[in-house]
Amino acid sequence: MPLFRKAGGWLEERTGLEAAVTPVLAHRVPRSSASWWYVFGSATLTLFLLQIATGICLALVYVPSADKAYDSLLYLNDVAPLGWFLRAVHFWGSNAMVAVMTLHMIQVFLFGAHKYPREMTWIAGVFLFLCTLGMAFTGQLLRWDQDAYWGLGIAASIAARSPVIGDSLVHVLLGGPIIAGRTLSRFFTVHVFLVPGLLIGLVGLHLWLVLRLGINEWPMPGRVVDRNTYRQRYEEEVRKDGVPFFPDAARKDMVAAGVVILVVLACAALFGPFGPGGVPDPTIIDTAPKPDFYFLALFALFALLPPWTETTLLLVGPPLAIGLLFLVPFISGTGEKSWKRRPVAVLGVILIVLTVTTLAWLGVIVPWSPRMQAWSAVPTPVQYIKGRSPLELQGALVLQNKQCRNCHSLAGEGGRRGPALDGVATRLTRDQLARQVLQGGGNMPAYGKNLSPAEVNALVAFMETLRQSGEPPARNTAVPRSPARP
Amino acid sequence: MCATSPSRRGFLFKLGLALNVIGAALVGIPVIGYILAPARRLGGQSWITLGPAAKFPEGETRLASYENPFRVQWDGDSAKVACWVRHVEGGRFQVFAVNCAHLGCPVRWFPQSRLFMCPCHGGVYYEDGSRASGPPPRGLFEYEYEVRDGQLWVRGGQLPTLSGHV
Repeated sequence: MPLFRKAGGWLEERTGLEAAVTPVLAHRVPRSSASWWYVFGSATLTLFLLQIATGICLALVYVPSADKAYDSLLYLNDVAPLGWFLRAVHFWGSNAMVAVMTLHMIQVFLFGAHKYPREMTWIAGVFLFLCTLGMAFTGQLLRWDQDAYWGLGIAASIAARSPVIGDSLVHVLLGGPIIAGRTLSRFFTVHVFLVPGLLIGLVGLHLWLVLRLGINEWPMPGRVVDRNTYRQRYEEEVRKDGVPFFPDAARKDMVAAGVVILVVLACAALFGPFGPGGVPDPTIIDTAPKPDFYFLALFALFALLPPWTETTLLLVGPPLAIGLLFLVPFISGTGEKSWKRRPVAVLGVILIVLTVTTLAWLGVIVPWSPRMQAWSAVPTPVQYIKGRSPLELQGALVLQNKQCRNCHSLAGEGGRRGPALDGVATRLTRDQLARQVLQGGGNMPAYGKNLSPAEVNALVAFMETLRQSGEPPARNTAVPRSPARP
Repeated sequence: MCATSPSRRGFLFKLGLALNVIGAALVGIPVIGYILAPARRLGGQSWITLGPAAKFPEGETRLASYENPFRVQWDGDSAKVACWVRHVEGGRFQVFAVNCAHLGCPVRWFPQSRLFMCPCHGGVYYEDGSRASGPPPRGLFEYEYEVRDGQLWVRGGQLPTLSGHV
């Protein structure tokens, strides 16, 4: 032990590290901040370190070249010792990082920590949030499978909608004329050098600001933030009732970080790595690209926005939303901190969380995507065929063969792009059915040119049978009820 | 005694500043130029053959593919580009990019209903490439084509988007 102490003394004399670090660790924080609610920031940082460590390991094997990337991922999964595990940890770690970071952001906002004098801490945090989402997106592209390839196509198609510079932007993004080798190299650089560098710098700034301004005290209803008195009152509280950050407050941080890491490792061990999916061969077009979960909400939004608003909202919406995030501490920089006295803030958070979750859920079930195989893979339900006339049966065949089922379900099976056809005869009359088939409309293509009159006749005859026995068929209200239509 | 005069110190400071500004510009301008270089559309467009026109029977629409002429050695499969060839009649063709005009997903052809359908957000196009329904703001992107000595040629080389065509 004396030898250790001697060595330590030798090192300390030359580096002065202990003298520099001790006061930082021991700095006093409000007793109220040593809470389980305050652990998300340090947990996010821990996950970032985990991502760096596993990322470096993956880069030892991954080949950032369009012709070899996919093979090197398969090699990592199947051949490289423990490669599958490191890929899995990197994947689950990225999911956890986005999730815990979001919790951190919500907690900070609800506790009023973005208010005076911590505006810059919030701004650095928003940059960190954007960089992390950037990492999530570029990381998903490095998986270089079909989803990555067509995901880039989607990114390029959005970029192309910018006025004037659209085309140039697409080419700068792709690094070449099409999505190919130069594109992957670009995104590899962004994912591995550019954004991580930014992240490290921003984390440093964020932590420096937390140290300089102190950890936000527990918000008490009625304790209003005033620019003239806040800092004095904060310093007084810390002096009177403060505890050293290490170990008093750091204990809970350490436990939370440990739990998060263990959960990530457990997920990695249980569920394994994610992908790569299909081979990134652009001539294989039987694919339905889907983004990773953090972008499902955005993906859903693209499907649900009315087409005429799309370009404007795609280009104006995200900058507006991001700008608003940056402006939060300037919109409400003082006043009440407690969520108990900030109903608008609480409702805002609930609204945003509900909107994003609902959109993400819609992104999972994709009701707007045609089911491309439904027409040949999903049979016509037996109850709709039993006892039907030959003409009606012919119509059932037309409905199947002309891909109607890709968008319309029968007995719960088929696409959900259009309305389910069970009971359609109670909603539309014979004439209305024929008109809808021939002319389309309301998001349905017109089949007038693609069906013979005989096919239309049979199809309509079949659809007229699609109602429960007790339900009356739709009828034209302009015509008196009796005598019955000829 | 060797005292540096204030004017000399000021000169050295200004010189140092100037040298570094010049250095930063000489590094910065090429770096920005290098990063933004692809904006000038590497390669542009070129005529590419899709093989003998006889491969595409009259009245049918078939998937064809070609290698991007502006490829690099390490593109691998991603240099390949797919397109839909519709032989309308008597040597009259239509060649469509597979990319949906909405967000670029690959559309699929259904000969039974004579429609192209997109798996992403449900855009649908008629057989002539015009928009039928769904979110696409326009019809499918179409290639310029030529039949020379029985070979079908198209002019392409760029990813088709709303702001720049094939």
